[in-house]
Amino acid sequence: MAATDHAPTRSAPTVEPLWIERVPAGWWVLALVLLFMPVVANNFWLFQVMGWTFILGMIGLSLMFLAGYGGMVSLLQMTVAGVAGYMVAILGSSGVATISLGLSWWIVLPVAYLVSALFATVAGALSVRTEGIYTIMITLAVAAAFFYFTRQNYSIFNGYSGFNLVLPPALFGVAWRDPVPFYYLTLGAAALSYAAVTYLSRAPFGLALQGVRDNPRRMAALGFGVTSHRVAAHALASVFAATGGILLVWQNSQIAPGTIGIPAAIDILVVAVVGGLRRPLGPFIGAFIYVLLNVFSSDFLGFFGFSAERFKLIIGLGFLAVVLFSPDGVLGLWDRWRARAAARQAARNGGAA
Amino acid sequence: MEEFVKRHPLWSLVIAILVAVLLWLVLAPWPAELAAKWGRKQIFLNALFGGITLGALYFLVAAGFTLIFGLMRVVNLAHGSLFLLGGYLGYEVASASGSWFLAFPIVFVAVGLLGLLMQHFIFTQMEGEELRQTLVSIGISIVLADLMLWFWGGQSYSILAPEFLQGPVEVPIVTTINATTGVANYLRYPSVRLWILAAAIVIGLGMWFTLNRTALGMLIRAGVDDREMLAASGVRIRLVFLAVFGFGAGLAGMAGIVGGTFQSLSPGEDTRFLLASLVVVIVGGMGSIVGAAVGALVIGVTEQMGFVYAPTYSVVFTFLVMAVVLAFRPQGLLGARR
Repeated sequence: MAATDHAPTRSAPTVEPLWIERVPAGWWVLALVLLFMPVVANNFWLFQVMGWTFILGMIGLSLMFLAGYGGMVSLLQMTVAGVAGYMVAILGSSGVATISLGLSWWIVLPVAYLVSALFATVAGALSVRTEGIYTIMITLAVAAAFFYFTRQNYSIFNGYSGFNLVLPPALFGVAWRDPVPFYYLTLGAAALSYAAVTYLSRAPFGLALQGVRDNPRRMAALGFGVTSHRVAAHALASVFAATGGILLVWQNSQIAPGTIGIPAAIDILVVAVVGGLRRPLGPFIGAFIYVLLNVFSSDFLGFFGFSAERFKLIIGLGFLAVVLFSPDGVLGLWDRWRARAAARQAARNGGAA
Repeated sequence: MEEFVKRHPLWSLVIAILVAVLLWLVLAPWPAELAAKWGRKQIFLNALFGGITLGALYFLVAAGFTLIFGLMRVVNLAHGSLFLLGGYLGYEVASASGSWFLAFPIVFVAVGLLGLLMQHFIFTQMEGEELRQTLVSIGISIVLADLMLWFWGGQSYSILAPEFLQGPVEVPIVTTINATTGVANYLRYPSVRLWILAAAIVIGLGMWFTLNRTALGMLIRAGVDDREMLAASGVRIRLVFLAVFGFGAGLAGMAGIVGGTFQSLSPGEDTRFLLASLVVVIVGGMGSIVGAAVGALVIGVTEQMGFVYAPTYSVVFTFLVMAVVLAFRPQGLLGARR
């Protein structure tokens, strides 16, 4: 369960005093560990492992928001992230000088968010006409369409090769792609996204969305717009995905169709499901496991005498094991373990009394 | 048909005109202005025939997919993996035995057995839990894809058709008439594709006939509508499920051989054909064999036409068709509203 220690949360210090008392000690420890991580961790861990974890976690978080609160399992979130990432590459500066416009960050970022929100809204409006597995199929098909489109279109998306040398703006004189600044950038973005999803889940909109998930007909009878709530959820989720997408482009300093292909879309689903779709913490745990496996699989597999290329097999088997034995992911396992421990404790106390 | 004409007179007229135009485009020699605008008639005909035969291939994959979905509500997202596995196995059998035809029954049985195992050990454990079945099948497809990459590597394979099926045949459709001599040129087309089209039509008709005219088909259709009631009336629905899953999986495997003969087999084809069958059944309507046929035809022809006349956007066209169909008929062209 080492994974729990690294999932981000800094929502705690920002809420009013009454809340602070209610925040469990574990969260404080987690926040402190994350804040002071650069003191002990080396650059590889900060940039590659933790940075990537937060980014994948944010994209997974947008899926968790849709699936956990809205009941809509969408495979579009990587595509939404990709739209924002492509916008940053196209509007900002990149190695492809013929296409990139080289605009300033304060134009690029809002437009990137707007375009990805627009994309998510239109694609969401198409997919909410259907339910359950149909949604998965349709979002998968739309994601594939966008992937093939970017691969074949050379005038806007630069086709197969995509964009390279996409760097974050040197804002406030900080080189944001250096390991420590990038770590805090991704940590801050992840913490904000986490706090936003936690807040949304308790806000009227989030409660209505959960109502729509559980009983759409009753909510419709109560006067809630079922379809509009679902579409709005897609639009809201796009913010988290877009944040992840923009940071992903900056981390890799490049974007190409492969970034948003079907395997990448499936990976986001794997991340969110393995971590757990019930709570916003889940995707970050899933992302941490995924990144650890991905980064260290060559050593790990080599230890057992396999070639490093079998990473996908490990991921696939792990994913299969999780969906077969614990539909709520790692968080579900943890909850069940705690419930069992509590029951045992209660039984022991009862026996003593 | 008559009912449709009575209910939608305007649409019937539009469809009739379109069919007439298409027939004229196919049968008549093109006037010079048209040829100047669209290119030679042969290009159009090749694109059209290519689309229809590609549609036949899509139908073979999508029919099993939609049958499994229609009866069991299992979106088996590992269906594309079954296709690719069937193709690889077919390649091995065909190159080891030297017989293309032998590959079909062997692959049908082998991939069908794999389907039976998947249904028996995994999907029956989670009846009614659609999302879990979907996730599990995604997991299976990831594992299968990597195992296949392990065994067959990243290169592409193509399966050779037997000699008498290789090479073109002359189709009795006039492409051009020589202005000076008056001699008509006929379209030449790869015969293996025509045979496969014929086989797809036979299989499709057979499935339709089995579903609509036999006792087994009655059971399957009843299972689609109300499986609890069917189980309660003493039918061993589990066996019917197993049979359908095995058949659908085997069909996907055989389609893999066809795909390997038409085009080639390489990693990534599994997702391509999974997506193709998703789009086909979304367009045609879930769980309907006729819908799968119509959807496969529409998607195949759209893809080939796009490929020939607007190569940059060819893939987008198929998804555009899907979006338009969804916007007007979310249940698909021939799907029943549930």
